[in-house]
Amino acid sequence: MQPLLELKGLTKYFPVTGGFIFKRQVGNVHAVDGVDLKVGEGETVGLVGESGCGKSTLGRLAARLYEPTFGKVLYRGQDISTASRRELKPIRPEIQMIFQDPYSSLNPRQTVGAIISGPMEINGINPPGGHEKRVRELLETVGLNPEHYNRFPHEFSGGQRQRIGIARALALNPKLIIADEPVSALDVSIQAQVINLLQELQRDLGIAFLFIAHDLAVVRHFSQRVAVMYLGKVVEVGDRESIYLRPRHPYTHALLSAVPEATVEDEPRQRIRLAGDVPSPINPPTGCRFRTRCWKAQERCAEEAPPLIQLAGNREGHLTACHFPEAPTTSGEDVVLDPALA
Amino acid sequence: MTIPSETTAEPATVTASADSGGAPVGRSPGQLMWRRFRRDPTGMASAVIVLFFILVAIGAPLISMLYGKDPYTQYGQERPDLLNEFGYPLGANGGISSEFWFGIEPGLGRDVFMQLVYGIRTSLLIALVATIATTLIGIVIGIVAGYVGGRTDYFIGRVIDVLLSFPSTLFIIAFMPVLENLMVKPDEETPVWLRAASLIIFLTVFGWAALARLLRGNVLSLREREFVEAAKVTGASPARIVFKELLPNLWTPILIQSTLLLPALVTSEAALSFLGVGMIEPTPDWGRMFLRGTEVYTDDITYLMFPGIALLIFVIAFNLLGDSVRDAFDPKIRR
Repeated sequence: MQPLLELKGLTKYFPVTGGFIFKRQVGNVHAVDGVDLKVGEGETVGLVGESGCGKSTLGRLAARLYEPTFGKVLYRGQDISTASRRELKPIRPEIQMIFQDPYSSLNPRQTVGAIISGPMEINGINPPGGHEKRVRELLETVGLNPEHYNRFPHEFSGGQRQRIGIARALALNPKLIIADEPVSALDVSIQAQVINLLQELQRDLGIAFLFIAHDLAVVRHFSQRVAVMYLGKVVEVGDRESIYLRPRHPYTHALLSAVPEATVEDEPRQRIRLAGDVPSPINPPTGCRFRTRCWKAQERCAEEAPPLIQLAGNREGHLTACHFPEAPTTSGEDVVLDPALA
Repeated sequence: MTIPSETTAEPATVTASADSGGAPVGRSPGQLMWRRFRRDPTGMASAVIVLFFILVAIGAPLISMLYGKDPYTQYGQERPDLLNEFGYPLGANGGISSEFWFGIEPGLGRDVFMQLVYGIRTSLLIALVATIATTLIGIVIGIVAGYVGGRTDYFIGRVIDVLLSFPSTLFIIAFMPVLENLMVKPDEETPVWLRAASLIIFLTVFGWAALARLLRGNVLSLREREFVEAAKVTGASPARIVFKELLPNLWTPILIQSTLLLPALVTSEAALSFLGVGMIEPTPDWGRMFLRGTEVYTDDITYLMFPGIALLIFVIAFNLLGDSVRDAFDPKIRR
């Protein structure tokens, strides 16, 4: 079956310029470097990774807010990676975005009504009963009072603002919503409400989600499939159970071991403490990107970039990019690389 | 679908409409600004003064009719009881009387009150036209530089650098006579419109750069905001993004800048007239009155006082108004 959204070798370099008076390009930030990812119809795909690993850039590439340096974005098999605004016009309504910061994602000078009906105006959609009726319906759908139609964003709390952002994304009946850390700016209690709202919308309306987050618990709760990114590359991708219970990539192990536990389990989980920082994306390491912080790295890792393949013993669709994968379990011997924490 | 609503839990955010009673209608940032402004006594007082000056300027012919004099007639020449043999007013305090409220001009013997009233017209009109032109050019170039970016931004940035570092007053003083030589034949009189137009053009050319730079910075920060991306994702055209998303957020700096620019231009116009490159006889003008006043101040200080005090009150009131507008827009700034 044809996936709804397919990213093929997607790459985005941001130029770095330097020099006095005469600016010249001195390098590139390898924000996203050859990512392959598929999102099926009505599927929720989570995208996790630490700050600065290119998650948000990938989301914006998929929404075609950025034009990729190399690679393709296929929507229903149609290449939209270099499409102009006019060519994108029929596709725009189907891919919508929910943004991270509810304070900067709503225009402070527009009423809630104008914000939510804006997308319909732009795309010439005239729902039965007019824009206002549709906006009131949408406000109700996202759990806000329809009477708030004439209010301004500054009159709402963070969680309410995020609901307005969700209503705006829903206004065009999208098939795919790219949610760029939609709850990371909210209080934990509000996070749960917004996540539940998104989940209900996903179930009721059959919208596919590309859910970007750095909170592993949130992604686990929300996503059917999960992709783990490190420094511009997808290092491991698979269904939720495979990633959370049988991870193979050392980085996935390290990430999962960092999730705080609410309960004391019988079997203590593996603890992994990495040392150092993420290398600079301007000059990423050769071969495997993770080798500079990996406890299993060998010479081969520096010479040869590991391909994203299905390893022996992995489930269908569970792909890992590692020469020396870990055992498919979350328990094991502790690895402490940071001398300060040893 | 049962979703726990936060709205019921947070009545604090719903206070705005509590007093109006009817359906909740939100207050726009503009309305909030107006409410804050009305509560600021300094702002309201200066607004009243500024409004008074503007009304005087508009109603100058009416005042002239009621007062029974005009700014051109040389009353001192026609009536021997007003000026002495040296051309100075006979009456005390520059000839102030119930007939000539602010006295009479030494030499030509024109009415000072009428000159002052018509002088507001000249100064305010030139400053107003220059302010509007400056603001329009500043908005367009500032938004273009900020939104388009890249080479365009770099080029515009260097032009602004040059203009801001240019000695504009010196340039106008030096260039005005040259311009007049080019435009006016030696045996003709310099037309008033030429002086007015060239003043407006010069003030505009040297004025837009500051506003353009300010707006460029604002646009640079605004266009990275996620609501602009949200508009792009829904397929908004660049024109819609500029007019519907960016411009409404720029009215605050634009309004503040232009309310502060207008008094500055009134002063500039007066200064240039004082230096002899502004308005010329017989057009009534505050700067020109200054010039004449400095020539006669040893014998008739009153003539220098009126345009001085009028300009002082006007500029202070307008600047305070600009400050109040800024405070009303941005309540975080407290003096």
